[in-house]
Amino acid sequence: MGGKGPRLEVVDSERCVGCQSCMFACARLWGRNGLSETRIGVTSIGGMERGFKVIVCRSCEDPPCARACPTEALLPRKKRGVKFNSSECIGCRQCQDACIIGAVFWNGEKEKPMICKYCGYCADFCPHGVIKFEKPEKEG
Amino acid sequence: MIEDLSNILHIDLSEKQFYQERRENLFKSRLGGTGVATKLLSEECPKGIDPTSPENPIIFSVGPLTGSFPLSSKTVAMFKSPHTGNLGESHCGGRSATSIRLSGHGAVVIKGSSEIPIYLAIHDDKVHFRDASSLWGMDSSYTVGRIIRENEPRSGLRSIMRIGKAGEKGVTYAGVVTETYRHFGRLGLGAVFGSKNLKGLVISGKSSLPVANEKKYRDIYEEIYDKAVSSPAMKKYHDLGTSKNVLPLNEMGALPTKNLNEAKFTEAEEISGEYFADEFLGRRLACSHCPVGCIHIAAFREPYEDEQYFYKTSMVSYDYEPIYALCPMLGGTNKKGFFRLLDKIEALGMDAISTGVSLAWATEAQKKGLITQDETCGLELDWGKYTSYRKAVELIVEQPNNFYKYLAGGVERAATKYGGKEFALSLGGNEMAGYHTGHAYYIGHLIGARHGHLDNAGYSLDQDTLGEGLGPEETVDRLVEEEQWRQVLSSLVVCFFARGIYDQEVVTKALNSVGFELDENDLDRVGRKIYKEKFNYKLREGFSLEEKSVPNRIFNTPSPKGEIGEDYIDEALEYFEKKILGK
Repeated sequence: MGGKGPRLEVVDSERCVGCQSCMFACARLWGRNGLSETRIGVTSIGGMERGFKVIVCRSCEDPPCARACPTEALLPRKKRGVKFNSSECIGCRQCQDACIIGAVFWNGEKEKPMICKYCGYCADFCPHGVIKFEKPEKEG
Repeated sequence: MIEDLSNILHIDLSEKQFYQERRENLFKSRLGGTGVATKLLSEECPKGIDPTSPENPIIFSVGPLTGSFPLSSKTVAMFKSPHTGNLGESHCGGRSATSIRLSGHGAVVIKGSSEIPIYLAIHDDKVHFRDASSLWGMDSSYTVGRIIRENEPRSGLRSIMRIGKAGEKGVTYAGVVTETYRHFGRLGLGAVFGSKNLKGLVISGKSSLPVANEKKYRDIYEEIYDKAVSSPAMKKYHDLGTSKNVLPLNEMGALPTKNLNEAKFTEAEEISGEYFADEFLGRRLACSHCPVGCIHIAAFREPYEDEQYFYKTSMVSYDYEPIYALCPMLGGTNKKGFFRLLDKIEALGMDAISTGVSLAWATEAQKKGLITQDETCGLELDWGKYTSYRKAVELIVEQPNNFYKYLAGGVERAATKYGGKEFALSLGGNEMAGYHTGHAYYIGHLIGARHGHLDNAGYSLDQDTLGEGLGPEETVDRLVEEEQWRQVLSSLVVCFFARGIYDQEVVTKALNSVGFELDENDLDRVGRKIYKEKFNYKLREGFSLEEKSVPNRIFNTPSPKGEIGEDYIDEALEYFEKKILGK
């Protein structure tokens, strides 16, 4: 456990203009245009005049979502974060309840969670430096 | 590939019923947005109706690129305008376009009238009719937005449209506010909402959209995105926003000042985009799926007068047009006065351009003795006197006497009653925008389907041909050609700021990638067809250039292209009537 795996970082949410380009990018990556498949969230914090919160999976060292999962559908990765195995998932939503930052997104059609896979594609489409992708360190 | 897009949601406010209708051919032949809305308007709006009657439809429409491409971020609203009595069309961004598309609809048609105030909550394919009695008569549209926001789910995936008191009271240039800072501003959609007892509308969705060719889609997406974040034109909108135009327009002598008695404002530096950014810019915002972020919000702090160390900070969205209409046009530079006036206009839900031009006419009319303090309810309107202007705006909404009732109908109605038509700066029934650039601007305004500056961008043609002789016929030809192409852009629906990115080749590639098999020739044909259908509707509703009234003031104040000749305009209009209207 521990060490540095790939990880998304919210550098400065105050720079966010709320364009949601990252959300569309994530959905595109999963082959579904639109927003049903997005694993990143941008919403205003009580009106746009106050700015935005940017919800990304922090790839926790000891992920509470995995601890809450009763079926081992979510398992911790070696270096932070979790891996999702859909065939084990029973759709109980306990992972969603356990993630208090709201980074376990939900697919209403499949009744399964949607988990960030730490690819960094969304960060390529952030025009204003709000999110950054930290690449993994090389082994050894 | 357009299954979701071709779904039209019909809502009847009288019966509190709704149903969906599939119109694939309609979207195939007219794309979406303006094209589809124009056809729906001609079908749904009975000939000759009063725009405030329940029969007047409100049509929202998005297009095949909405939700799929950057800067395809606008919704088209169509209705019969209570302001001009003819075709009403207004565009708005915010989250409206993506929310409508991702709710699984290409268009929403609202008819009828509710017996009590309501707001509509549309979540995916469900429509809820919510009692809005407790929102009716509220002083501020900001508060209305906040309450709906807290009452409804899906933050970040929804759009919240609402009207202010101006819409309730039937001010014919009342707008609809979305996401606090964007507007269906022009031509009175707010008054149509109000006439239906419709206080607001929230729409949400998060569906997925079809892609015909994933590789082609991602290639063209990335090409558009890269241009959007790197091109100089887009950088201008991101950096300073539209208010960057204040100084260049003033420099060339095209900034209407004091009701266009002048076209240069000596204090322009003080109300420039550069100045506002340095002193007040508090936040920049974007519409959903637009990386540019042209929305500029000023943080304006002011003390309370009755208690020391007690402040409030207002976040006020500023753009070129509100600055033009409320600063040079009203001869004012006082920032506190400007922000408080603009904030009031936003809270009441009015079109800032028409409001400013109406106040400018009223100021001159009072100075010339056409109206007195009997009409103004004791106010002395004078250039730059923002306290009076702020009070006047409240009175336009409250309409305590005949004068304010007329002024609530726009400057042309007021001038017809009280005189001063020669300086009532409205063309085709719609108040002018901030461009005294030359003949093309005014001709464009008169022959444009909406009588607005964005129909055909005459101001742009004027600036592109500075120092060139351009005859009346060529001017009309170029304006019509531009307006026909814009029918394509506003049917996709693409923000006009991105018109430099979305050329014919890019549009074709983008459409192909999401399953629309069209080529560049098809696009031209579609543009011409939509344009023609718009004018068919306009003619059906009595549009005629014979009744045009062009205020003399525009002929008396020199423009960057020299004096604007009345003969030139007459010739252009005659040519337009023959060529386009077939008269």
